[in-house]
Amino acid sequence: MRPSPARLLNILVPVKRAVDYSVKIRVNPQQTGIDTNVKHSMNPFDEIAVEEAIRLRERLPPGTVKHIKAISIGPAKSLDVLRTALAVGADSAAHVVLPENAPAPEPLAIAKTLASYINLQNNDAAKVAKDGKVDLVVLGKQAIDDDLGVTGQMLAGLLGWGQATFASKVEVDVGRGEVVVTREIDGGAEEVRCRLPVVITTDLRLNEPRYASLPNIMKAKKKPVEKLAPSDLGIDYTPQLTTLRVTEPPKRVGGGKVGSVQELVERLKDAGITGV
Amino acid sequence: MLRTSTRLYRPVCARTYATGAPPHALVFLEHRKGTIESGSLSALTAAQQLGGQVSALVIGSSEHVGGVVEQAKKLKGLTSVLHSTSPQYAEPLPEIVTPLLKKLLSDSSFTHVVSATSSFGKSLLPRVSANLDVPTVSDVTSVEHDASNDSTIFTRPVYAGNAISTVSAPSSIPIKFFTVRGTAFAAAPTEEGSNAEAKAVEPVQVDDCPTEHIKTTIAKSDRPDLSVASRVVSGGRALKDAKTFESTLYPLADVLGAAVGASRAAVDSGYADNSLQVGQTGKVVAPELYMALGISGAIQHLAGMKDSKLIVAVNKDPDAPIFQVADVGLVADLFEVVPQLVEQLKK
Repeated sequence: MRPSPARLLNILVPVKRAVDYSVKIRVNPQQTGIDTNVKHSMNPFDEIAVEEAIRLRERLPPGTVKHIKAISIGPAKSLDVLRTALAVGADSAAHVVLPENAPAPEPLAIAKTLASYINLQNNDAAKVAKDGKVDLVVLGKQAIDDDLGVTGQMLAGLLGWGQATFASKVEVDVGRGEVVVTREIDGGAEEVRCRLPVVITTDLRLNEPRYASLPNIMKAKKKPVEKLAPSDLGIDYTPQLTTLRVTEPPKRVGGGKVGSVQELVERLKDAGITGV
Repeated sequence: MLRTSTRLYRPVCARTYATGAPPHALVFLEHRKGTIESGSLSALTAAQQLGGQVSALVIGSSEHVGGVVEQAKKLKGLTSVLHSTSPQYAEPLPEIVTPLLKKLLSDSSFTHVVSATSSFGKSLLPRVSANLDVPTVSDVTSVEHDASNDSTIFTRPVYAGNAISTVSAPSSIPIKFFTVRGTAFAAAPTEEGSNAEAKAVEPVQVDDCPTEHIKTTIAKSDRPDLSVASRVVSGGRALKDAKTFESTLYPLADVLGAAVGASRAAVDSGYADNSLQVGQTGKVVAPELYMALGISGAIQHLAGMKDSKLIVAVNKDPDAPIFQVADVGLVADLFEVVPQLVEQLKK
């Protein structure tokens, strides 16, 4: 008989529904935001986070990853991205439902929601006995819509947990309750060892997310999705910052093409650029 | 509505002002082994634009801090240099630096906390700001403070730079945290006669830190640093493999004295190191000259280079989106063009 692992992992993966990365966005005429009547999908960095959670389950001894839960905070439509997470391998999902036309919640409110959700789970003896504690949160390093990239760090700060941002490699040692993370930093890489529980944010190179197969998409429809209201967690989503306007960036107009290398070099010289 | 959860996290140091205090910015001044990072110098310029006092915070091991403080004292516009020395700050971790910042912010008059949009700044500021129940505004390209109503207005790119958002941090946010896009602000110069006051700050010892630094690997290069280079030669998927990438781009970069960059496709395919990636998720550059070789010009790549002065593109595909932003485009095989370019530029 194999000894049971010292610790079973419960992974929480926050995911965001964002404008699809391939969409060429358009600023609305009122300059209050962008035209959101376009294709949406899961934030690409969050896809990587979901994938990493699933790979951890596949990589670690069977049974080590006890549960993978995806969570999203947003309007009803965010359910789509939760279903996507379930279809690729998450076990269950939680959806904090915001009103359809509410302003986009700020990262701090999202981080508080996640912290509140985790505290509810981890501080309730009955819940812990049933489901265990959340000890690993994996989320994208940034959302490709607001490009803020702060939620994971805020969450770690609120919980007082360790953090490993911009992860390109994650190795979990369940026996020691540790995670060794390789992080992408300016000019190179850094390795850190974090004690569980920990918050990890994913960089692009962490993995390549898989596609959901049709049977799994069908199965995902039967997986449980817990619905919560903001009041259940006691979070106020009123933004602290005021968006004054959203505008188009100054348009850059191409200068046309040249016919030969000779002409190209002439143009460079005109701009004062020569060899050194 | 009550911020219910706020009560849980409301830190001891949250303050409320009756009226607007004059701005006093704390700039987190980063250095690598004793040399101040250029991104931090840009952050300093941004902080000066708030129109008040500017203090810098330097942390590190005893080996480096003294030298950095001497350099920092001569920087233009800096009022004081706070410094804290501890072996724990040699390879700083956000978990270790957060308590120090919280302490500094609790008993002083700081109204703004500023850093470069560097990997460390991005990791640290949000962690601290969440503890003070305030937001961090990331990667700002302009900043303006209105002392009359104690609000700060920032602009920042969103949606991979395809829109510019203007946000106001009102007086209800007692300490405004922001990170600064280096390419949008000139580096603060050294000024003759400047002599900011240096002040040592007790380090805050963190016992039982949940995170431990193991090692740092910096990709070595003789070329100028990508994020501050005045010329950049960048390659994409068309470069075929790592060897071709080097043998094709490096001679051209050498003759131009340029840094080498890469598209995500080139990095993902293993042609180039991660640290060379230009784009929304890599580095943002704005050099005098940006040469895009064999790069199609996806939105994510353009987000990292479209503020360059002169964009030159060489691509076989006449319909590649890169030509819509390139000042000079050449539809041709880069493997034929680059050697000719090198030769002609050598003349």
